Amino acid sequence: MTDPLLKVRGLKIGATIYPPGEKPRDIEIVHGVDFDLAPGKVLGLIGESGAGKSTIGLSSMAYGRGGVEITGGEVWVNGRDILKSRLRDVRALRGGEVTYVSQSAAASFNPAKKIMEQVIEAAVGHGKFSRRDAEERAVGLFRKLGLPEPETIGNRYPHQVSGGQLQRCMTALALCPEPDLVVFDEPTTALDVTTQIDVLAAIKEAIRDTGVAALYITHDLAVVAQVSDDIMVLRMGETVEYGPVDQIINAPQQDYTRALVSVRSIRHEEKSPGTDPVLRVGSVTARYKGTAFDVLHDVNVELHPGQTLAVVGESGSGKSTLARVITGLLPPSEGQIDFAGRVLSPDLKGRSIEDLRELQMIYQMADVAMNPRQTVGTIIGRPLEFYFGLRGAEKQKRIKELLDEIEMGDGFIDRYPAELSGGQKQRVCIARALAAKPRMIICDEVTSALDPLVADGILKLLLELQKIEDVAYLFITHDLATVRAIADSIAVMHRGKVVRYGPKSKVLAPPFDDYTDLLLSSVPEMKLGWLEDVIANRRMESAGN
Amino acid sequence: MRIPLAALIGLFFTALYFLMAIFAPLIAPYGMAEIVGDVWEPSSSRFLLGTDSIGRDLLSRMIYGGRTTIWIATMATALSFITGSVLAFLAAVTGGWVDQALSRFVDLIMSIPSLIFALVVLSVMPVTVTVLIVVMGLLDATRVYRLARAVAVDITVMDYVEAARLRGEKTMWIIFREILPNALSPLIAEMGLRFIFMVLFVSTLSFLGLGVQPPQADWGGIVKENKEGIVYGIPAALVPAFAIATLAISVNLVADWILNRTTSLKGGRG
Amino acid sequence: MHPVLKLVAQRIALSTLLLLAASVLIFVGTTILPGDVAQQILGQSATPESLANLRAELGLNDPAVTRYLAWLGAALQGDLGTALTNGRDIAESLGQRLGNTMFLAFWAAVISVPLAIFLGLLAVRFRDRWPDKLISGVTLASISIPEFLIGYVLMYFFAVKLGWAPSVAMINDSMSVWQKLNAIALPVGVLTLVVLAHMMRMTRAAILNVMQSAYIETAELKGLSTFSVIRRHAFPNAVAPIVNVVMLNLAYLVVGVVVIEVVFVYPGMGQYLVDHVAKRDVPVVQACGLVFAAVYIGLNMIADIVSILANPRLRHPK
Repeated sequence: MTDPLLKVRGLKIGATIYPPGEKPRDIEIVHGVDFDLAPGKVLGLIGESGAGKSTIGLSSMAYGRGGVEITGGEVWVNGRDILKSRLRDVRALRGGEVTYVSQSAAASFNPAKKIMEQVIEAAVGHGKFSRRDAEERAVGLFRKLGLPEPETIGNRYPHQVSGGQLQRCMTALALCPEPDLVVFDEPTTALDVTTQIDVLAAIKEAIRDTGVAALYITHDLAVVAQVSDDIMVLRMGETVEYGPVDQIINAPQQDYTRALVSVRSIRHEEKSPGTDPVLRVGSVTARYKGTAFDVLHDVNVELHPGQTLAVVGESGSGKSTLARVITGLLPPSEGQIDFAGRVLSPDLKGRSIEDLRELQMIYQMADVAMNPRQTVGTIIGRPLEFYFGLRGAEKQKRIKELLDEIEMGDGFIDRYPAELSGGQKQRVCIARALAAKPRMIICDEVTSALDPLVADGILKLLLELQKIEDVAYLFITHDLATVRAIADSIAVMHRGKVVRYGPKSKVLAPPFDDYTDLLLSSVPEMKLGWLEDVIANRRMESAGN
Repeated sequence: MRIPLAALIGLFFTALYFLMAIFAPLIAPYGMAEIVGDVWEPSSSRFLLGTDSIGRDLLSRMIYGGRTTIWIATMATALSFITGSVLAFLAAVTGGWVDQALSRFVDLIMSIPSLIFALVVLSVMPVTVTVLIVVMGLLDATRVYRLARAVAVDITVMDYVEAARLRGEKTMWIIFREILPNALSPLIAEMGLRFIFMVLFVSTLSFLGLGVQPPQADWGGIVKENKEGIVYGIPAALVPAFAIATLAISVNLVADWILNRTTSLKGGRG
Repeated sequence: MHPVLKLVAQRIALSTLLLLAASVLIFVGTTILPGDVAQQILGQSATPESLANLRAELGLNDPAVTRYLAWLGAALQGDLGTALTNGRDIAESLGQRLGNTMFLAFWAAVISVPLAIFLGLLAVRFRDRWPDKLISGVTLASISIPEFLIGYVLMYFFAVKLGWAPSVAMINDSMSVWQKLNAIALPVGVLTLVVLAHMMRMTRAAILNVMQSAYIETAELKGLSTFSVIRRHAFPNAVAPIVNVVMLNLAYLVVGVVVIEVVFVYPGMGQYLVDHVAKRDVPVVQACGLVFAAVYIGLNMIADIVSILANPRLRHPK
């Protein structure tokens, strides 16, 4: 075996935290991690938020972000322990031997300087290339990464290119100095799914062609499976499992890894639609005040009692606007909404208490969906009081029942939202919606701010509750895996229009329209070689056209 | 609940000054305008802080002066808070032209420095304590309005306010149960800062001879009365400096503590 | 037209409008409110006839709008009227005093701006260590003490006890620049102290804001030296907020000048205003108020324009 390019032994990382109103405290966030990375190989670091994966990635550049400090262990790069090196040598390593691609290229580029200047800065600064050679090299990288107008794009300012393009520019920035190792820190997480696949393919190709080694950090196992040779699964600063990608994906040894691999394997049998829909959105067109274009254009969908309609689309597709129209926050300019056999007033003010009660909503950010000054008991209790006039012991009893339904128990009654975990917060929001005994709940991206396992738990709970309460869900999401898991029918939205609509089995089966095809084929699958297949397919199709 | 030392010191001195203001006639050794000694006598057992430019006991004048200064500052702060925050909440919740009209008007008032504006207005108004309170309070209400509106607007866009609207709650419920509890802590901290500003403001006006009129004592006025002494090396005019600074710093410490303590409750993403 | 020019033009137009509105406010504030110039001039013992005569003479019987337009029209041509108290031309007295005030403010700015930026950088460099804490402690103290008291404390120690500088700052045209500077040493010192704390704190915040950006991390991860990171990446982005801070504090300085001039008996605009407020000389107060408002609005406008010009998103639109 060749000598490893990067050798990490017993890495411990600490941080100082500043709890408000208390003395600052030192905590350990990574508790001794070991791994090796051979030249030209890719190691995927995967874990939920707080697993310490970014911190570990940055330690290969001897860098601690914010109050983070490497407290122990060894990090060997090219045969030197960089934690014991002098600052001057560490600087020679940063941007020369090891480079970094961050999650948000938009924030990581200096807004006041042209892209080219920033891309070649490290290569020229470390004396690896002359200015002219570096620029030539950068243009070559721009071309390889599939950027438009590779000759001139470097003359633009960061805000003049799109998010996906800037992420590729950041990759060019990292590859320009011919490093031995690139740290990719969630490089595609902030992108839409159809953009992600292109950037991912570009990154993979660039890694292969330049022979650079990489640490690829992400929370998405399906993504990391496409680019890595080895995978390390991290949880709360410790290694859960570490091995070749094939073994991790196809034969995971640890329960936690197994859960991660199977996280999107909820089975939900599609229900056949009944006769009378609970919700019928009829030819709805809507625009925001003061704008000149329709955010929603002639939208027609139906939702049947006790079923789930998934509205899926990328950012800007109009899916959240649809929710605002249904709730009455944005009266449509045309069309009408029928709910439980009656026509809903387009405006919130014109709706009866009964209308409001039967149509509840759960939000993406549970954090801001609950008043931080109210206890869980107050939050869940208010709808009981408001809609049913429950008071005292009766109300307490019902709150406890609801807490049991969301699998939390009555110990939480007097807690404040700030004392709950992300998943618990979302559960309380679910209980608040259920308290109204609604016919229908709008779920707006309710799982996208959560870690995959927690999100999985929320989805299972929602399905369970649907059976018990016979409530219908209008489920808004950008995540197709979620859609597969829970939907009975699906509406695919693109630029304000419903481009495909019907029962799940039909929508997800060919023949597809162009957009749905693009969308479906862009969702990473937990399968080795998936990325290559998709790219090869797309090339064949475009060659055939 | 543990109170940090700095806040304790702040609380202690703030309380001390307020108690002194309330019980001034009981504490002061001499009357407010009583001439009891020679001009600018040095500190002695009879006159702890010495006497002033016409032979009145400086300590007594400081105590009565504190009473006037704190009274005016408190009333002006109350006026500016009630006016500013009521209008701000109204603007934030109603939106539309009410918000536009109020906000533009406040921009206009704030385009002139408040001291200059106060001087302009006081050039034609009779200078009485009531007029001072009203002028200072209304001018400062614009600052309170800015802050309170920003805070309220931040809160009204929160999903929990939308959730309350979708539930069918009335506007009053939304203002008092959803918005106010969350707006209170930054507003209370700001109230401390506004109070300090009012103390400085009224002292400055009195110092310029356009605030509290003699023989009534107030801290800015005491500086004015004794400023000639400075040139002869008599520090009587510096005594109010100490009082104003300690009061201001104490209130600041308390305000800081309130802000820190309450932001921790605001519940981030923990 | 380039969008930046358009924005700047808008900003200038807005400031002009604001100044116009401020002039209305000043006029209204001095005429609609109870209190009457004629009564002020003649005193309580005046007969109704003489009051009526004076009112007619001063044009107080015309509608407010007519009087405002006449006043504004004259002011735009440089005619600010005559002072009620001594019958002198206001524009003339004001011009000389404005020059003196600018002289004072200029030197205070020359000293305080570089000092504040330097100390702000120092506070960032030693963030959360003792120099930073000392600086924030001093800031807290200095915003808690009114300007005039800082003035007297300095006067007491430096002029009276140590005799380093004169305690009153009288200047006149016959003095050489050096003599003038000596005369204003103390007021300049006080003004510097007054704005220093604010400016330092705001500079610190502006620089910290830039230093915590992700692009600074990118620069550090390129292995650039601290100096290069600051020169190439922090500085170009920090200039605008710092200029903004400076402008806002200069506006603050203009107000501070009023009080300091009274303390040091300096023949500037501030003292002119305060004297005539006490004498209830409305035309002078209106003129001074207008000039102060113009300076204040102007400085705020410059701050806004600098922000617009420095924003790469506006300078290089898509």
